[in-house]
Amino acid sequence: MHELAITQNVLNIVLDHAGKAQATKISKIYLVIGELSSIVDESVQFYWEIIAKDTLAEQAELVFRRISASFECSDCHTVYQLDGNAVYCPACGSSRVKILSGEEFYIEAIDVET
Amino acid sequence: MNQQRIQIVQNILSANDAIADQNRQLLNKAGLFSINLMASPGAGKTSLIEQTVKNLCQDYRILVIDGDIATTFDADRAMAAGATAIQINTGGDCHLDAVMLNKALVQADLNQFDLLIVENVGNLVCPASFALGTFHNVLVASVPEGHDKPHKYPAMYRGVDCVLLNKIDLLPYVEFDVDFFRKGLEALNPNVELLMVSCRSGEGLENWFHWLRKKIGEFRTQNMV
Repeated sequence: MHELAITQNVLNIVLDHAGKAQATKISKIYLVIGELSSIVDESVQFYWEIIAKDTLAEQAELVFRRISASFECSDCHTVYQLDGNAVYCPACGSSRVKILSGEEFYIEAIDVET
Repeated sequence: MNQQRIQIVQNILSANDAIADQNRQLLNKAGLFSINLMASPGAGKTSLIEQTVKNLCQDYRILVIDGDIATTFDADRAMAAGATAIQINTGGDCHLDAVMLNKALVQADLNQFDLLIVENVGNLVCPASFALGTFHNVLVASVPEGHDKPHKYPAMYRGVDCVLLNKIDLLPYVEFDVDFFRKGLEALNPNVELLMVSCRSGEGLENWFHWLRKKIGEFRTQNMV
């Protein structure tokens, strides 16, 4: 349900940048979301259609780039993804692991018309 | 008509993070140590607060800010235990954010307190995304929830400084593999403190009080510099 708050933040940020560029329309918004950030794309899209109405971003397409959660074991150096399994190393069982990716949560760029 | 791409690369919750920074500054200025207490519903946040207030209110002046979708039950319990309490009803929101906390902070005379406990809305997903500006994040897990929770809610378990595993008096009666729980937690969060407690029997709570006293001491030392 926090997707509403997330969507409002996305709208504020893109309108701010589009305003500075004196854009007349925002056509695409590129979002980068890691698997470890708990965001449901469909919910953001659903709220978008409601809250972006009557703004420059009304017809913007939301483009989600999903980054999978990827880990590396510090003991046996196996690189693995979560795939619904336990978070520790599937090869040697070590819990000394590093998170390589999956925590991304940002707006990368927007396409605008000026 | 010109098409143009504007590079942004901005955290989606940067506005919340900016207000969280303001909260942090407010709290630092008042010399008020603070924790953001998170958990699923029923894990024992309010019971932990009651125990904490009863045991530490001789030494520290305690303020509790309670986030809930509705009711003042939790704030009432914190007050009955001896704390000053402020209730925030989120009106349906599943988490507290930095703005809601800010509104509560400006209501209180922060200089009058030594320890602020912010009781977040019971939820293992949404509160993990919203920084509040507190000094530490603390999670209450509980035995009946099951040992798989760190594996299933990695963002929550990754973003905290201390995890209390509550209701350990139930360990003999339910299937709970402490090692599986601990390994998930270690993988996500190698520097976290794990404390085994029972708010009901009181077992292990001394370690929690010790952790809090130590952290309050560290905060005061840092804040004086």
